[in-house]
Amino acid sequence: MTYVRPNFRHPESHRNAAGYSIKQYEGALSTLCAGCGHDSISAAIIKSCFDLNLAPHKIAKISGIGCSSKTPTYFLGKAHGFNSVHGRMPSVTTGANMANKDLLYLGVSGDGDSASIGLGQFAHVIRRQLNMVYIVMNNGCYGLTKGQDSATADQGSAGKRGVASVFDSIDLCQMALQLGAGLVARCFSGDKKQLIPIIKAAIKQRGFAFIDVISPCVTFNNTPTSTKGYEWVRDHLEASGTIDFIPDKTEITVDYPPGSSRAVTLHDGSQLHLQKNAQDYDLASRKAAMNRIETVKEKHKILTGLIYHNPDATDTHEKIQTVDTALNALSQDQLCPGSEVLAELNAQLR
Amino acid sequence: MKPTDISDPDYFHKVVDCQYACPSHTPVPEYIRLIAAGRFNDAYMINWQSNVFPGVLGRTCDRPCEPACRRGRVDEEPVAICRLKRVAADNKTDIRDRLPEIPKQKNGKKVALIGGGPASLTVARDLMPLGYDIDLYDDQHKGGGFMRSQIPAFRLPETVLDEEVNYILDMGVVTHFNQEVTSLKSILEKKYDAVFVGTGAPRGRDLPDLPGRKEGGANIHIGINWLASVAFEHIHKIGKKVLVLGGGNTAMDCCRTAIRLGGEDVRVVVRSPKSDMKASPWEIEDAVHEDIPIYENHNPKAFITEQGRLVGMLFDVVEPVFDDKGKRTLVSTGEEVMMPCDDVLMAIGQLNSFPWIERDIGIEFNDWDMPEVDKTTFQTSLPQVFIGGDAAWGPENVITAVAHGHQAAISIDKHCHSEDVLDRPAPDVNLVSQKMGFHDWLYDVHVSDDARHIVPLQDKKAAIADRKLEVEKGFDFSQGYEEAMRCLNCDVQTVFETDRCIECDACEDICPVDCINFIDNNTEDNLREQLKVKATNLDQDLYVSDTLKTKRVMVKDENVCLHCGLCAERCPTGAWDMKKFLLHTATAASNRRKK
Ligand SMILES: Cc1cc2nc3c(=O)[nH]c(=O)nc-3n(C[C@H](O)[C@H](O)[C@H](O)COP(=O)(O)OP(=O)(O)OC[C@H]3O[C@@H](n4cnc5c(N)ncnc54)[C@H](O)[C@@H]3O)c2cc1C
Ligand SMILES: Cc1ncc(C[n+]2csc(CCOP(=O)(O)OP(=O)(O)O)c2C)c(N)n1
Ligand code: SF4
Ligand code: SF4
Ligand code: SF4
Ligand SMILES: [Mg+2]
Repeated sequence: MTYVRPNFRHPESHRNAAGYSIKQYEGALSTLCAGCGHDSISAAIIKSCFDLNLAPHKIAKISGIGCSSKTPTYFLGKAHGFNSVHGRMPSVTTGANMANKDLLYLGVSGDGDSASIGLGQFAHVIRRQLNMVYIVMNNGCYGLTKGQDSATADQGSAGKRGVASVFDSIDLCQMALQLGAGLVARCFSGDKKQLIPIIKAAIKQRGFAFIDVISPCVTFNNTPTSTKGYEWVRDHLEASGTIDFIPDKTEITVDYPPGSSRAVTLHDGSQLHLQKNAQDYDLASRKAAMNRIETVKEKHKILTGLIYHNPDATDTHEKIQTVDTALNALSQDQLCPGSEVLAELNAQLR
Repeated sequence: MKPTDISDPDYFHKVVDCQYACPSHTPVPEYIRLIAAGRFNDAYMINWQSNVFPGVLGRTCDRPCEPACRRGRVDEEPVAICRLKRVAADNKTDIRDRLPEIPKQKNGKKVALIGGGPASLTVARDLMPLGYDIDLYDDQHKGGGFMRSQIPAFRLPETVLDEEVNYILDMGVVTHFNQEVTSLKSILEKKYDAVFVGTGAPRGRDLPDLPGRKEGGANIHIGINWLASVAFEHIHKIGKKVLVLGGGNTAMDCCRTAIRLGGEDVRVVVRSPKSDMKASPWEIEDAVHEDIPIYENHNPKAFITEQGRLVGMLFDVVEPVFDDKGKRTLVSTGEEVMMPCDDVLMAIGQLNSFPWIERDIGIEFNDWDMPEVDKTTFQTSLPQVFIGGDAAWGPENVITAVAHGHQAAISIDKHCHSEDVLDRPAPDVNLVSQKMGFHDWLYDVHVSDDARHIVPLQDKKAAIADRKLEVEKGFDFSQGYEEAMRCLNCDVQTVFETDRCIECDACEDICPVDCINFIDNNTEDNLREQLKVKATNLDQDLYVSDTLKTKRVMVKDENVCLHCGLCAERCPTGAWDMKKFLLHTATAASNRRKK
């Protein structure tokens, strides 16, 4: 019976610059269905954090409810975690982030969790530009409750039950753009070459970074008639180009022919290098990005890759001007002005 | 790369590292699982079928399987394959009813075996059940060859050897013991249909030109002759101070025997650095455990005698010097060391020699005065004469002698049926899915974290006091079980079906050792570079699928696969399956059955 993952790892797989082995970024053995796209995203998160030399204990992973929201159990076992209530990941993350802004916040949600019950929370966390990575594992259905259509199911798409959705779908990338996310991307769980550099960029982005990852539900929504199945997605991908994540400008080893690529510089100086389609549109323009999504959609294709990037993005703390020190690191006398100040205040009101 | 042809038995055979490395290709993981299941008789018979002397080999095998064992590549140490074999032998009940039946009606063919060591005995084992009449000639009083005369009783109890030799002799082999063959011609004149020469490498090297060799002769012994004299109880004691020359396994047996025969200051003296000693690491360990010191870089210069009696040896102290090409020479430091001694045992190598084979009877001899023997058929240029074991190409070990015996038996049987001996029979192979249910497999997929278990030993004092007391006690049930659980079941193969794969990457993600890659096809060299973890072990193959829908291929580096089955469990479409690959090399009997 294989409920345990063997403890041996490849003897030649190395430790990263922070001294951690890949095992220290793994979590428990997944209990999701075999072949679920969500597991691939977990693997991509593990690889990204390993490559970025992040300290696992400096990460907080927060989720709602759903198969997607279960995944934090399966990665970063040494990180902080909170598996919250359906659709409430954003508010729990906001609270945690307010208390300790020094952690990396990795929010994991599903299309049901974010586009249905949690849509209000989704909107407001973006509007506040909370410093976090928000990943939606988007399978177009409620996987955990046996595959009912979610709000991202495309009109006409039919899963295992065989009944096509009659409603138009919510495009979470378009919403994120409209609500002011600093980084917006769409990926496919089956394309780690693209997914990993984008997760890395999202981690490096200051403020709110949103990734909508199409992630097939093999059990309930992987039919030929579903627009979120492996086959359909593979046949309809329109990638915005090959992507490299370059942690440090000095390490650029590839020679990009002029005009064939462009670089997006992230908050800490690391870069995303996008090859091909370099002249498509201005990545820093919301209008152009909206346009691009719609144009590709009209061709019945799915636009993937980095869709929008705001190099000047800020975050909630900056907007509300909190002190530099994380609030949880302040002592009581720093946080509480004391009874004398209160008495003075009260006196003013008398 | 082209898609891997898994219908070629060699592909999966190579994945079973231990079995592939074993000269007689014992299905190791199969017997290890049977031991874990407590099915000792079954485990024993799998061994008996392929290596003929499980009880002997479970104690003494040179274990080429262990350095090859996959576990050694992911863990500190390999599975204790050899000592697990002993668990099967120690715990079995009477297995005689499982031995092959010997036909009453003979097939009319007569074969002579010269020498009664493991090579000849294996030929007998394979041919007796086919109805051959067999005569065995040996100059010792009992069968077993060097297993009897050389391997000391504290490593191999005589009862164990007798039992396994007798399984074969009791098949009706006609033995001519105490009979040295002095002429092959005279044997050939007896009109045998075939003759097998398994006379071993019985001549120990000497240092005939070293000063003092003659004068001190009474106390200077050839190691293998001395060991035989001890085994046959002609010698019962040795002087207090003993020098053992040589760094091979024979030297280890000599020194350990010497301390059991009264040696108090027994030293092993080697010419080269310790790190170059030929002895197996475990044999050196055993000698060191018995507090026998090893002196390195001492080149023998002279035997010192006083009044015609050996009193010591003079050594030239050398040091290894390497030239630009890394070639080593031992250069004298000018220092001389004299070691007093009562006896010297020379264990500096052995040779095969054939003074008793006439050079004019049609057997071709090469420039080194050795008979020409075909590497696959073991046939000489005289078609009815076959040579195997140490006699063929010099000293090896028991398991190699057995492997030679099996192949020679096939050749002899073919020769006796006027078939082409070069046309070698294919092995029997079988590939069966191990899937029972969602998380259920017919084998134990759990990978134990245990370090290699150590075989318990007798109390050192008691062991040294009694030459015949077996030093190793062997694993008990529970140690044997725990050690068996360390085996990774490398014979349970990961089998991939391209058409079923939907490229969800689940297998790639779950694999704990990053074996699996979905990648653009390329040449082997490039693929090896481009895998998630570079495939640097060139002895291990890459398993390449057909082209997938996305035009990529699945490439699996077999190197450190744990055979944990997770890839197959995580595959939603059953594109991966775990299938048990059981390979039995062909034998004379399996070849005859197919005819
Ligand atoms: C000290 C020592 C320790 C060893 N320990 C091990 C060990 O632990 N494990 C291991 O695997 N291997 C060990 N070996 C090697 C192993 O014993 C041999 O490789 C193996 O026995 C070879 O088998 P064989 O059948 O070729 O011949 P042998 O076993 O050498 O048998 C040949 C037989 O033929 C007889 N013979 C020779 N010439 C004639 C003749 N003209 N007429 C009649 N009879 C003749 C010999 O007396 C002998 O009985 C050891 C060897 C030595 C010297
Ligand atoms: C408040 C509340 N309402 C409803 C549910 C039932 N429920 C559990 S998971 C789920 C939908 C999950 O869908 P999604 O977020 O897309 O996750 P998936 O399983 O598809 O990954 C629902 C409706 C719940 N757990 N809590
Ligand atoms: S039900 Fe769907 S989403 Fe949930 S684990 Fe299974 S495949 Fe994944
Ligand atoms: S792990 Fe088991 S099957 Fe694999 S090589 Fe070692 S003994 Fe053989
Ligand atoms: S059996 Fe499969 S998952 Fe397990 S180590 Fe081998 S390839 Fe990887
Ligand atoms: Mg969903």
